[in-house]
Amino acid sequence: MTNWLTPLIILIVLLLLGAWSTWLERRVLSLWQDRLGPNRVGPFGLFQVIADMIKIFTKEDWVPPFADKTLFIISPMIVMIMTLLGFAIIPFAPGIQIAQFDHALLFLLAISSLSVYSIMLAGFSSNSKYALLGAMRTAAQMISYEVFMGLALMGVVILADDFSLSAIVEAQSNVWFICYQPLGFVLFLIAGTAEIHRAPFDLPEAETEIVAGFHTEYSSMKFGMFFIGEYLGVILISSLITTLYFGGWQGPILPPLLWFILKTAFFILFFILLRAAIPRPRYDQLMIFSWYILLPLSLLNLLITGAVKLQFLG
Amino acid sequence: MSSENNNKIDDTLKNKIPELFAQFKNEYFTPQRTADDIVTLWITDKMLIAILSFMKSITEPFDMLYDLYAVDERLRLDKQKLPVSHFTLVYQLLSIKRNQFIRFKVALTETQLQAPSITHLFKNANWYEREAWDLFGITFSDHPLLTRILLPPTFKGHPLRKEFPCRATEKDPFSLDEQKLQKEQNALKFIPEQWGMKTSNNDNDYMFLNLGPNHPSVHGVFRIALQLDGERVIDAVPDIGFHHRGAEKIAERQTWHGFIPYTDRIDYLGGVMNNFPYILAIEMLAGIQISERIKCIRVMLSECFRILSHMLFFGTFAQDIGQLSPIFYIFTDREKLFAIIEAITGARMHPSWFRIGGLAQDLPNGWDKMILEFTEYFSKRLDEYEVMVMQNSIIKKRSIGIGKYTTQQAINWGVTGPGLRATGCDYDLRKQSPYSGYENYEFDVPLDDQGDAYSRCKLRVEEMRQSIRIIKQCTNNMPQGPYKVEHPSTTPPINKLSKNDIETQIQHFLNASWGAVMPNGESSFAVEATKGINSYSIISDGTSSSYRTRIRTPSFAHLQMIPEISKGLMLADLIVIIASIDFVMADVDR
Repeated sequence: MTNWLTPLIILIVLLLLGAWSTWLERRVLSLWQDRLGPNRVGPFGLFQVIADMIKIFTKEDWVPPFADKTLFIISPMIVMIMTLLGFAIIPFAPGIQIAQFDHALLFLLAISSLSVYSIMLAGFSSNSKYALLGAMRTAAQMISYEVFMGLALMGVVILADDFSLSAIVEAQSNVWFICYQPLGFVLFLIAGTAEIHRAPFDLPEAETEIVAGFHTEYSSMKFGMFFIGEYLGVILISSLITTLYFGGWQGPILPPLLWFILKTAFFILFFILLRAAIPRPRYDQLMIFSWYILLPLSLLNLLITGAVKLQFLG
Repeated sequence: MSSENNNKIDDTLKNKIPELFAQFKNEYFTPQRTADDIVTLWITDKMLIAILSFMKSITEPFDMLYDLYAVDERLRLDKQKLPVSHFTLVYQLLSIKRNQFIRFKVALTETQLQAPSITHLFKNANWYEREAWDLFGITFSDHPLLTRILLPPTFKGHPLRKEFPCRATEKDPFSLDEQKLQKEQNALKFIPEQWGMKTSNNDNDYMFLNLGPNHPSVHGVFRIALQLDGERVIDAVPDIGFHHRGAEKIAERQTWHGFIPYTDRIDYLGGVMNNFPYILAIEMLAGIQISERIKCIRVMLSECFRILSHMLFFGTFAQDIGQLSPIFYIFTDREKLFAIIEAITGARMHPSWFRIGGLAQDLPNGWDKMILEFTEYFSKRLDEYEVMVMQNSIIKKRSIGIGKYTTQQAINWGVTGPGLRATGCDYDLRKQSPYSGYENYEFDVPLDDQGDAYSRCKLRVEEMRQSIRIIKQCTNNMPQGPYKVEHPSTTPPINKLSKNDIETQIQHFLNASWGAVMPNGESSFAVEATKGINSYSIISDGTSSSYRTRIRTPSFAHLQMIPEISKGLMLADLIVIIASIDFVMADVDR
């Protein structure tokens, strides 16, 4: 394959997946909630996404007069760009990876931190109180969870001796890292959920409290970009979990790409299940949970992993 | 029932409240006999404060201001039997310890439409007095903020006065010109000082957040002006009236019978539970004795609606805390129960099925099978919900200790129903003063002593279980008998008799065309409704429609408490508090 074709295909596939995971979430959620969900348009309601897209593109693209226009328009773009950039380093299968470099994991942390700006700027530029409250919550939540997300990942890095994701996948050829890093996995899972602000960590957009949080004032495709961005985030975190803890594309019999897709899909479903099952903690409870419980735990995890590595494998 | 005004203070009356007559001389009181046998005493506005504060201070005090309303007496046909009054203020107090109501009436003249405010004695008098000012134009001296409450600030006139037209066709057509538009727009401007809030303290400025009238978790059109410091609530001022439809005014326009469908829509989740106090008050006034079968069917359907209302509460409570799924399961179950309600009454949410002196129809064939099936099914589902919601640790973390109040606080604010029982106060009218045969059923009144959002929710789950018990007993022991009794005031009258003789034919014709005439007198009836104690106080001056209908709703009292229990908590806690109160805005605004 030529150099530009792989990224292009991945990009298109991702965008389509992002869009169709809205359908998946609605269908699966309704299955669990004794409802039908969208099942009218096309087979299994699969074309619902197309109908939604037509609707969302034909809606009035409205910028509130009281908003800061430039930032208001830029912010939804940032979240899309940053999430899509994150996929650049994911090894989907041997040879299917957009960019390979040595410090991929650090790049990923940096990219995911940048997407915070999108939400904060969206909240501030909307010049609306509900959006502001959402932005405030985001800033606090992201900063707290970013800290130990990085720390939780370091366990994997220590085990693999490398920051590169393909090296990490290679290192799991015998045993998946989930066996060595169960605590690290749980911590990363929680941090990841908070990072993409999915339920139960959806405080920035808690609809029963602050209406729609940071995207209260957004409409049309600008809102659509936040929406797709969120689902891309779910896919990104799911594929990261697969890569870092579940051996990436490795697996018997089936082709590597299929293994990767299966594992990732499992975690996407897991995120949807979370949303169906768990209520939302309060904002300050979330902060306390992060700083008092998760941060010490991730430090402990790092310490033990390091010590064990030095003692037995060093 | 005799409408003779018994002006004597005899021993029977004295024995009902001996302390009062020991403290004050007899000439301060003019007693009035009412059909409901509640002690009703006319007093002067000068004595009002002294008497009310005395009632509050005696042992086993009358410390809950149960209701406060006004009556425009000017057009009343039977007023010659009563003390001279143009407008009457009615103060109804409740003593939970004695399980007794008492009613004081204060006569006001048109030239001196003023009474002393009792807000310093009873906190919840605040909204009631504002309501009386809003709807009747009666002023209260020393009231902290006497502004309109149900109607917009730009409204002209006082609609419950008799000269105010009830139909829009009696007025000029509505128009909205530029000037009027500007005036309305300016009235909408939020000025914190008008709401009694400061804009800043020494360190920082506060943020004012307008929560509602359209917000996902205010359960209708309810607005709370919030004064926030970050996400901490410094003050919360509820603003009501968006759902006001003038139900009390409509009651004066409709026939006694014709008002029944309107009652369904007061607490729109309560269905026939709203018909209950209205019908019982009328039957008490007219002296209609109903059959055991009617009583039993009424109880059964009311308990069905208690379950329906509590189900919705339960689902939205979980949803407001962020748990998405329970509400969908609950709605599936509600549909099942609604199907039964529909099979019996023909309607789902608002059956308007009770009639004066009976019911609209008899039960259909096979009703008992449907109900027993549902009770079996729902008991099991309740156990599942208990695990899913009540035992969830995040729900517990979010709601335990939130919105906590004591029994005394609840009484101060006029809180009744599960909100009161969650503080450990055992007061359920179904047990304390059983009506419609509630004394024949075995059921428990769930209690809790925490008084927080969690216990209010827990209590309602338990109440659903008890309601199932009652419904089962109703189904298994349904008495035989007519579904409508033979009485001249029964509306609509039993038709088969009118085919035989001219007298009943005439009676039927008048009754069906003009509406039944109820004997003059006053009566009120309180029932344990889904959200608390709901009562209808009706005054009849011997015509085919009510002279005054007062609807005392539990939600109105409960909302007034929000500022006191939400100060200092987070915004997210306020949502939990709102969810745990279980109010319906139509019930608040009427």
